[in-house]
Amino acid sequence: MKYIDEFRDQKQARDIAKAIAREAHADRRYRLMEFCGGHTHAIFRYGVQDLMPDNVEFVHGPGCPVCVLPIGRLDEAMQMVETHGVILCTYGDMMRVPGAKRRSLIQAKADGADIRMVYSTQDALKIARDNPERQVVFFAIGFETTTPPTAVAIKQAQSEGLENFSVFCNHVLTPAALGAILNAETPVDIDAFLGPSHVSTVIGSGPYEPFAEQYGKPIVIAGFEPLDVMQSALMAIRLINEGRTAVENEYTRAVTREGNTKAQALVNEVFELRDAFEWRGLGLIPKSALQIRTEFSGFDAEKRFPVQAQPVSDVKGCACPEILRGQKKPLDCKLFGAVCTPENPMGSCMVSSEGACAAYWSYGRHRQKADQEGQSKGAA
Amino acid sequence: MGINLKTGKVDMSHGSGGRAMAKLIDELFVKHLDNAFLRQGNDSASFDMTASRMVMATDGHVISPLFFPGGDIGSLAVHGTVNDVAMMGAKPLYLSAGFILEEGFPLADLDRIVMSMAEAARSTGVSIVTGDTKVVEQGKGDGVFITTAGIGIVPEGVTISGDRARVGDAILISGSMGDHGIAILSKRENLEFETTIESDSAALNGLVADMVKAVPQIHCLRDPTRGGLATTLNELATQSGIGMQLNESAIPVKPQVAAACELLGLDPLYVANEGKLIAICAAQDAGNLLSVMRDHPLGKEAAVIGRVVEDRHHLVQMETCLGGQRVVDWLAGEQLPRIC
Repeated sequence: MKYIDEFRDQKQARDIAKAIAREAHADRRYRLMEFCGGHTHAIFRYGVQDLMPDNVEFVHGPGCPVCVLPIGRLDEAMQMVETHGVILCTYGDMMRVPGAKRRSLIQAKADGADIRMVYSTQDALKIARDNPERQVVFFAIGFETTTPPTAVAIKQAQSEGLENFSVFCNHVLTPAALGAILNAETPVDIDAFLGPSHVSTVIGSGPYEPFAEQYGKPIVIAGFEPLDVMQSALMAIRLINEGRTAVENEYTRAVTREGNTKAQALVNEVFELRDAFEWRGLGLIPKSALQIRTEFSGFDAEKRFPVQAQPVSDVKGCACPEILRGQKKPLDCKLFGAVCTPENPMGSCMVSSEGACAAYWSYGRHRQKADQEGQSKGAA
Repeated sequence: MGINLKTGKVDMSHGSGGRAMAKLIDELFVKHLDNAFLRQGNDSASFDMTASRMVMATDGHVISPLFFPGGDIGSLAVHGTVNDVAMMGAKPLYLSAGFILEEGFPLADLDRIVMSMAEAARSTGVSIVTGDTKVVEQGKGDGVFITTAGIGIVPEGVTISGDRARVGDAILISGSMGDHGIAILSKRENLEFETTIESDSAALNGLVADMVKAVPQIHCLRDPTRGGLATTLNELATQSGIGMQLNESAIPVKPQVAAACELLGLDPLYVANEGKLIAICAAQDAGNLLSVMRDHPLGKEAAVIGRVVEDRHHLVQMETCLGGQRVVDWLAGEQLPRIC
């Protein structure tokens, strides 16, 4: 497949792996936080860690939009469909996430709620057009990648006079999350970041520069293909070795410093900053999310369908919050694989296709088994 | 007056047991599926058997859309059960077919479906020897559901079973993965996309007959339908109490299927097939089996994709195209599209 296979080539992978082994100093560790769940899954799906020297470690970041959405917001979406009787359109990733009392949208659907899985905002608009007698709410989640399509949908609904369409806006901002991690009370032990791939095509590499400077951490914008991740790791190791705290761009085939200014303008036209937004794992972060501007308030589901969910705490023992902050890994969680599995998830990190726990479970479980066997043999 | 195959629709009288039902059976079902067993008009079919071992399988079909590139629910209902019977190394002989029709379903579509079943049965060499029709009220079905059951006879000396994979065995597949699932997805409501992919829906009994003739001591056969290759291999690993080591680069996936999967965030190893099989045999038989498979039109792209290993956790693992190692896990629920 053109433009894909080139970035999964075994020979090139070996060459980059050799370069990393050569350049990584044996007397130190390199802890690289890959920001996005997309990176985490590339690392696991292709076994990238196997090609790395032992002292180069990937730490998984918070870049999984499903994982960082607090349970309360999911419950509010359920209230919209169950109390107000709307058709709720959602991306597939949200379907299995456990809400209050660990009830998911899939279960709500089985109970009769009209929940439709869509691939794009355009599908949601079509459902609104096809069901003029029903209210249709699009459950908008995601970082800056998915925000422009939501803006387009709102503008389109406005120009078509599609009065039965509205958006439950949960769009969040990447730089705010990065800031929250770097500002944490117990700062996470990270040497460099592999920066977002798709998000950066929209916002550009510029917004990361203040973080690199202020916190002294190099950031390399990394594509989602396995060779992108490896090449970015090599670039990050070089920056660390040289003591340079710059932002570098590995994903040059899609990302510029300025980003997609047209998309940015569109987002600014439709959305404005929220004062603060609750993130799962990262807590309440000021100016970290978007809300729909007053000019478009007719399409704001939060205004149209009043909902109020009770705050819900995570399942006791669930380490998702620490995992999202990069302070723990899935195998450090006592629930992982014991009571928490994709079939019986305790937290969203186990069900989202970008969640770190899901990656460990689906692709990396052999490491855990091998570790356990090693330990039990050691004990004997 | 006969039934109206142009504009007529299924109504409740077609399931009532009265004259309307008799007409539907005669003018549509028996017309297409005609054979001596059906013509007897009895409540069940009777036939003589001499085999020492027989197998029986059943399969319900609830597919949407009913017509898709490369097939329809009719041909699928024949192929599905024929393949389940064939996966025991058996020669399928007879099928039954139960239809649940939704009130309002166009008779023209039903005619097309039954004709397609008849054609599939004919080309496969099986007869549909008994059947049943029920009608449910509008809104209580999805057009048509078809359940088929099949029986077949096992040749002497063949003992194929999912629990017979042994450490050291070779794992083979008969062709490219994911064609059926992607063909169906491309036609789903709300998700239509352009692709040239057709379903691989096909009866595998001919291929299996060649395989068991050449290598009667095959250990396991299974068709990777729902849940795809990954799920089916996990079933076999659990059943046999072994682990598996695959080689990603050896698994054939058509470029169009790979591209659609990239776009939709799916993994082709989890996408359904309807005309492919997995075979597990002793390593020394693998070369012979592979060449027999490749000589058959339905096995031209056959490949050895891995081997059976010892693993008390019964994991299916894979060396990735990049050279790393990963688990190939059971599918949890439906594969859902991603957002980012």
